[in-house]
This record gives sequence, C-alpha cells and structure tokens, in this order.
Amino acid sequence: MSSSPQIVGSSPIRKEGTAKVLGHAQYVDDITLPGMWFGATVRSSIPRGRITSITFDPAIPWDEFTIVSAADIPGENCIVHLAKDHPCLAVTHVNHAEEPILLLAHPNRSVLPAAVAAVRITYEELPAIYTIEDSEKKEEVIWGEGEQANTFKTYLMQKNQQPIPQEIWDTADFIVEGEYRTGAQEQLYIENNGVIAEYNAETGVTVRASMQCPFYVVHALELVFNLPAEKCRVIQTETGGAFGGKEDFPSVIGSHAALLAMKSGHPVKLCYDRAEDMAATTKRHPSRTRHRTAVSKEGKLLAGEIDFAIDGGAYATLSPVVLSRGTIHAPGPYHWPYITVRAKAMATNIPPHGAFRGFGAPQSIFALERHMNKIAKVVGLTPEELRRRNFLTTGGHTATGQLLKDPVDMQHLLTRALEESNYHAKREQFDRENPTSIIKRGIGFATFFHGAGFTGSGERRLNSLVEIELTPEGQPRLLVSSTEFGQGTNTILCQVAAQTLRLPYNQIVIAQPDTGQVPNSGPTVASRTAMVVGKLVERAAQSLCVTLVSSGHLNHDYTPKDFRRAAVHYLAEFGTLKAEARYQSPGDIFWDDENYRGEAYPAYAWAVYVAEVAVNTTTYAASVTNFYALQEVGKVLHPILAAGQIEGGVAQGIGYALYEKCLWRNGHLTNNQMTNYIMPTSADVPPIHVTFEEIPSPHGAFGAKGIGELPMDGPAPAILNAIEHATNIAFTEIPLLPEDIFERMTKVPDAGTESLDPTIAGPIFSEATA
Amino acid sequence: MTTILLTINSQQRTIEAPPMKRLLDVLREDLNLTGAKEGCGEGECGSCSVLMNGDLVNSCLVPVLQAEGAHITTIEGLASQLAEGKKLHPIQQCFLEQGGAQCGICTPGMILATYHLLEKYTQPTLLQIQEGLSGNLCRCTGYTRIFNAIRAAALAGVAE
Repeated sequence: MSSSPQIVGSSPIRKEGTAKVLGHAQYVDDITLPGMWFGATVRSSIPRGRITSITFDPAIPWDEFTIVSAADIPGENCIVHLAKDHPCLAVTHVNHAEEPILLLAHPNRSVLPAAVAAVRITYEELPAIYTIEDSEKKEEVIWGEGEQANTFKTYLMQKNQQPIPQEIWDTADFIVEGEYRTGAQEQLYIENNGVIAEYNAETGVTVRASMQCPFYVVHALELVFNLPAEKCRVIQTETGGAFGGKEDFPSVIGSHAALLAMKSGHPVKLCYDRAEDMAATTKRHPSRTRHRTAVSKEGKLLAGEIDFAIDGGAYATLSPVVLSRGTIHAPGPYHWPYITVRAKAMATNIPPHGAFRGFGAPQSIFALERHMNKIAKVVGLTPEELRRRNFLTTGGHTATGQLLKDPVDMQHLLTRALEESNYHAKREQFDRENPTSIIKRGIGFATFFHGAGFTGSGERRLNSLVEIELTPEGQPRLLVSSTEFGQGTNTILCQVAAQTLRLPYNQIVIAQPDTGQVPNSGPTVASRTAMVVGKLVERAAQSLCVTLVSSGHLNHDYTPKDFRRAAVHYLAEFGTLKAEARYQSPGDIFWDDENYRGEAYPAYAWAVYVAEVAVNTTTYAASVTNFYALQEVGKVLHPILAAGQIEGGVAQGIGYALYEKCLWRNGHLTNNQMTNYIMPTSADVPPIHVTFEEIPSPHGAFGAKGIGELPMDGPAPAILNAIEHATNIAFTEIPLLPEDIFERMTKVPDAGTESLDPTIAGPIFSEATA
Repeated sequence: MTTILLTINSQQRTIEAPPMKRLLDVLREDLNLTGAKEGCGEGECGSCSVLMNGDLVNSCLVPVLQAEGAHITTIEGLASQLAEGKKLHPIQQCFLEQGGAQCGICTPGMILATYHLLEKYTQPTLLQIQEGLSGNLCRCTGYTRIFNAIRAAALAGVAE
C-alpha cells in the first residue's frame, strides 16, 4: 500500500473558494434566465383578522401583471413542515403581520413596489397576542383548540420516568429559583432569501434557490402543486449565509415563485430586499425558562425542575423540533439525580419563528448557565467549584438516561480553559481594580454540551443516502444533497473522500446539489454534515474502491495515476460506476419518543467558553474584550474551517447577548434594517482564541463530531456571567443593551452592590431549611 | 435616459441609463458585473463596495450620474488576466489561504475594502484594520480570519 498524505486534519483550500474571491460565484440574484420575470409579495398589514375586501387601484395597468391568489394553487394551500397548519397564501384570515396574501409578477422589476402598494386590502381586525404569557392565558385562542389551544407542542422529560420526590424539596439545604429570558434573533445572512422558478406542464417545477435543504423544498412543492417528487426539481445556488434561516423558509418563497412561474408562463425571480426579508422571514424563538433547583450545602445538585417555554409565532413550522433540542439541552452537562423538564411551544401573532443555529439549545443553555452561577452564590461556592461537583462523566447518564460511553472530561476542559484564559489571576486583578475604576471589568465562563445530528430517532427516519460516481476523466464525484453555505461542506466531504481513496484532495469533485441528480443525504442542519454525511461519504468511497479492485482494474496498492487509469478502464468496460452508502443506525442507539428516553444524540461536543467584558459606567455600554473558546468536537477535519466556524458562532453569540434586539410593534418588526438592527462589526469583536481537544468519536468520519451549532450556545451566558462579575448585578435577560444596564445601575440607590442583588436577598431565592 | 461615460476596470464604457439609477444596478444589470452584491440597499453592509476614483464607496448609494467620468474598480478588475486564466491578486490569494471567505457574499466588498486599506496603510495595526473594515459586515467569520488575511497581504507587500 502506498503511503498517503494526511488530508483529513490539514487545511486545503476551500473547494469553491477561488470563484468566491474572484467575485465569479453565482448567487441566485446573479442569475438571469431568458424571458425571466420578477415576483413580489402582497402581505397583510395587520397581525390578526378577517380579510373583508381586496381591490386593485386602477392607476396600475394590471393586465401587464400576473396575479396569483390561493385559488391558483393546484394542490393543497399549505407549506408542509411538520404540521399542515401553514397556508401558502392566506385566504379568509391572517394570523400575523406580513402574511402573504397575493403574489405579483411583471417583466420589469422596478414597477413592482408601486404595484404591491396599489393592492388595497381591508380587514376586520381581531385581537392579537404577542407574548408567551398572553398565549398561556388562552383568552384569545389563535391556534388549535382544547388541550392544544395556542400550544404547538409540549414535552415532559423526566429522568428515569420518575417525578421528583417531595422529600427532596422538604429536606434540601437550599432551593434556588430563577427566571431567564432570551429575545428573538435575526439570522442576518448577508444574502437575502431568493429563488428563481420555472414551470413546464410536462416536466413540472424547477426551483433554483439560496437554501440549506433541497429535499425540504421538493416536499413542499409536491403538496402545493400536487405533483410527484420527480416533477419537482430543486437546485441549490451558491448560498450567501444561512444559519438556519434558509432551512424552512425556502419552502415558502420557492412555492410562491413557482406559482408565479406556472401562471405567467415565464421563469420568475423572487428575491427579497433586506427590509422584507427581516420583516417577514423566520427568527430565533424567544424563550422563557424557569428553574427550581434543590441543592445540598456541599453544592450537589439534588433535583431540578425546569419550565421551558418558547414563542413559536403564528404557525408551527419547526417549533416542535426546536423545542425538543432546547428541552434535551436544558439540564446541561451535569449529573442530576432527579430532573423534570416541562416544555412548551406557544403560538403568538408574530411571523413564525424558525431554525437558527443552536435550534433551542442556546435558549435553555443560557438559562441554565446563568442559574448555575446563582446556585453557586447561594451555596457559597465559586462558579467553578459548583460545576466541578456536578459534571457528567464517562459512564454517567444524561437526563434522557443515555449512558455516556465515549470519553467525557469536563474537569480537564474546565482546567485547561481557565488556565489558557488566565481566569483566576484576571478575576483577582479585576476585583482589585474595579472599585476605583469607571470601567468595570469582569470575567465569566459557561460550560456546556451540544448534541450532533438529528434528535432522537431523526437520523433513522431520514435514512440518508450518499453516492459517488466516476466522471468520464476518472475522477470521483460526490453526489450529496448536503449544501455549502460557507461552513465548508464541499471541502470537508472531499477531504474525507480523498483520504479514504488515498487520492489528492484536488482529484475529488463534488456536484452542486440538484435533486434531479443527487440522492437525499438529508438536510444540512443539526451539526450533522461532518459526522453523519461524512461517515456515509467514507463508506461510499470504500465501496467505490472495493468495486474497482474486484473488477481487476485496480490493485490494492495504487497511486493516484493508477486510480485514474483504472477508473477510465472500468468506465470503458461497464459505462458507469456509482457507489453508494445508506445510513445505518448504530446498533446501540435507541430512542423512545413517547417517554423522551434513550440516546438523544449519537455524540456530543463538549465546551468551556470564557468571556472577558468591560462595562463602562459612564455610557453603560458593555463590550467583550477577550474571548476563549475551548471545545472537544472529536477529530478536527479542517483546522482553518473549524476555527472559522467557532469564531463566527462566537461573534453571533456576542450579538445575541449584547446588540441584537428585535423591536416589535403591533406584531410588526419595526427595526427591519441593518441600520437599526445591530450586528457585530469588525470593530466590535474581541480577540477570539479558539482551541480544540481532539478525542475521535466512533460515530463520525475519521472521528469527527458536529461543530456548527456549538459555538452559538456558550457566549451569551459566559458574557452575562462576566458582566455579573464586573457589576455585581445578576442580569437574567438577553439581549442586554446599555439602556438595560443603565436601568439597573441607576434605578435603585446603591445600585451595583451585592446587597441589592435579588439572587441573594430577593423573593426569588428561598432557603428550604433554616 | 442619460448617456454616462466612465472607466470600469480600465475599460472605457458608455452607459445609457436613468441618471438616478444606482451604480450597483448599472454594474449588475447593464454590465453583467455581478461581483458587487446587494445586501441591504442602504449603505450599511458594504457588500456592494467598489472603488471610485480610489475611494471605497457603497455602489448602492451612488447614482450613476455621479460616476460620470469616474474610474471604477470592481472585484472583477482585481485579478490579472493571463493567457492561462485569471491570476489572483495577492489579497484574493490571502483571503483564500487564510479562510477569510466563508459563504463568500461579503467577500468582494471585503477584498476591495482591504485593497483600499492597504493603499492607505501598508502595515496597518489591528485597530486600523478593524476601523477600515467597519463598513463591511460579515456574518460568517467573526472577522478573525479576515484580519489574518489582511495581515498576510500586508506582509506580502501588496501596496508596492
């Protein structure tokens, strides 16, 4: 066997990188098809009500336009995700502001805004609800009925299916309660949602779009057009950022453009501008988490009750699965003798919330990691010591009863992260300097985990398939529906194939995802691509090699040149060669959806993030001045891409914690511009020190686990823990803006001192035993 | 319609366009130079950045009339054309090698902002880099690897 260079673990050039730096990469809005028209969407101006009339201003030459209403839908008027509650176009009622009602198309893009404004819609308004609390009251029922009124989904997760014995609450040394909230967050990919659709009566629908999940769009089109899957072709174009924001939404905009294409008889491009994208498309679910924790005076967690509620917006979309991930991550990387999580996704008259990197976990982890610091304070331990006394370890069981077979060493990760960040010395230094300084500095951390792959039985249901074929030149070509949107899918999958086949990286090619050509390897979500799809690529590559060897064209010991020659000879003899690999559930993975019990994820990434902050007591602005991110994600396939993922996630987490606030008025997002929705700029990011601990996982390609979502979980709680250190104020809600800090620091006399902190003295914390 | 004369990537062009048409739309629609992207349409994100008479401008905020007689450089004009294909400009090469491009949508604007920065400061400090790029938003990278790319380009002596 010839010695092969180590491709996995090195950092070859991104596959599509050259086209990107040249400005040649073709994003959807860069593409023009012959005879192409442009589309636009007429939306509701109210959050909830009955449509009473639609009129068209005669000043517009409407005969030049194609106008689509729900009556034009050949199949079901429904965008299918998990439930069938979400209309493609509203008919009689609207349930949120910006709900699509009509679609317009015209050959000239510039006339569309005036035409949209010239459609007059009148409504009989109904009372709308905007908060989890209003939804819980059920005074206004806007979704479902009976038990399910206003409730998309509920879960009850109890360790060992046992309720917490009353005795624990009666005898615990401390009972610590807390409530924590997180706001909506816009994905803010720099390329807005956009598609181009074509329709042909014989061949069906073709949609080109910026997206994560081509087969989700196929599924949506099948229902809207009442067509078989083979007549719904979906092609991913170069995608300018996604972060979950192009997981479920392309099904909506793709169906809309395809309806316009069918009725107009032209290809139709429908690309949102920033204001429309921000106002009308999905965001991260706002959340409220309530903790009640029994703790011993030694700092051992005895039992935890967690009530986790998320605001799903007006339709169910992906809320049940977002809630699921949030529920499973709510207990964190700790051992709980007893734990009960009650979770619910509630309906409001806000545009539907959807997928965003982390998918429920950043919300529940924020709450837990703030609550752990509160518990530490109550018990009289440092945040570090409290966590050390409760970490999950190898051989331990998670809240779902999953046995942790793979090595877990949170103690070591914490030690290493605190050393690398010089945590203890800085804590002392800031304690010493803060009393005489206008700038209050602080350092804090969060310890957390993130499951890789679909939750529970999801991967088994997906049943993903990967293929590798040979090009006429004898190069292996990967056929997957996994999409590249910046995170490095193309590159890492080609590395895995190259390493497996012992070929140079640049000899592997990967097809642009086109459902007419590639098999369904599942959606590009849930930190699953490196681990699950990567493993399938590895197996398909092995199978390709076996076929070539057993055909007699290739010896076991081959050079890249031999491989190419053998491939060409094989093709000359047999015509084509396509190897495949289908997902096989590991034998030791079981999940019980009914009882929320079992192997929630095949593997977990583990991490400790440390934030340093400065709070200016003149401006009340908090900023992150230094950041350390240490994680164990299995084998790192591509160090530059992996670190880039972490750095980008940390920056989004800084935005989530300190800058990005969605302002709603009567159900409308009022700051739907980059001018007034503030994401971190190059001047706002601190030095981000990224380090990895590498423990290869048996489940992923060459030992890789998931990485994409992990860095979204840790920054917000680490930053607020640091702000608590800096100011002695325990903030419980994000985003935390200067006005919020101002409010707390100035409202009460002697603000900023320990004595006023409700974590110690207020009504929330109660001692169970005197 | 107005007739506008301008120089784009060293080529003289004559454009027939409404005088208030955005330079961005002229580049993308009339000249098929789609490297400049529209991210926000209000001068916040910088993904439509081009160089106009050596200044970094948001082409979504420039009416084409204002570009009369101007010298415009877009991302398409940065690499040199060789017989065997495009040869990357050193800044492009550094973005590629350092992981400065992820999804790629902000990359053309970032590279032109870097070009402008390195003309101003041949060896910029981190603060100068951060300020020089603060008009160009990136949601993927957290900027760290873009900073690395710029430092590498500065070391390569791009401005000389």
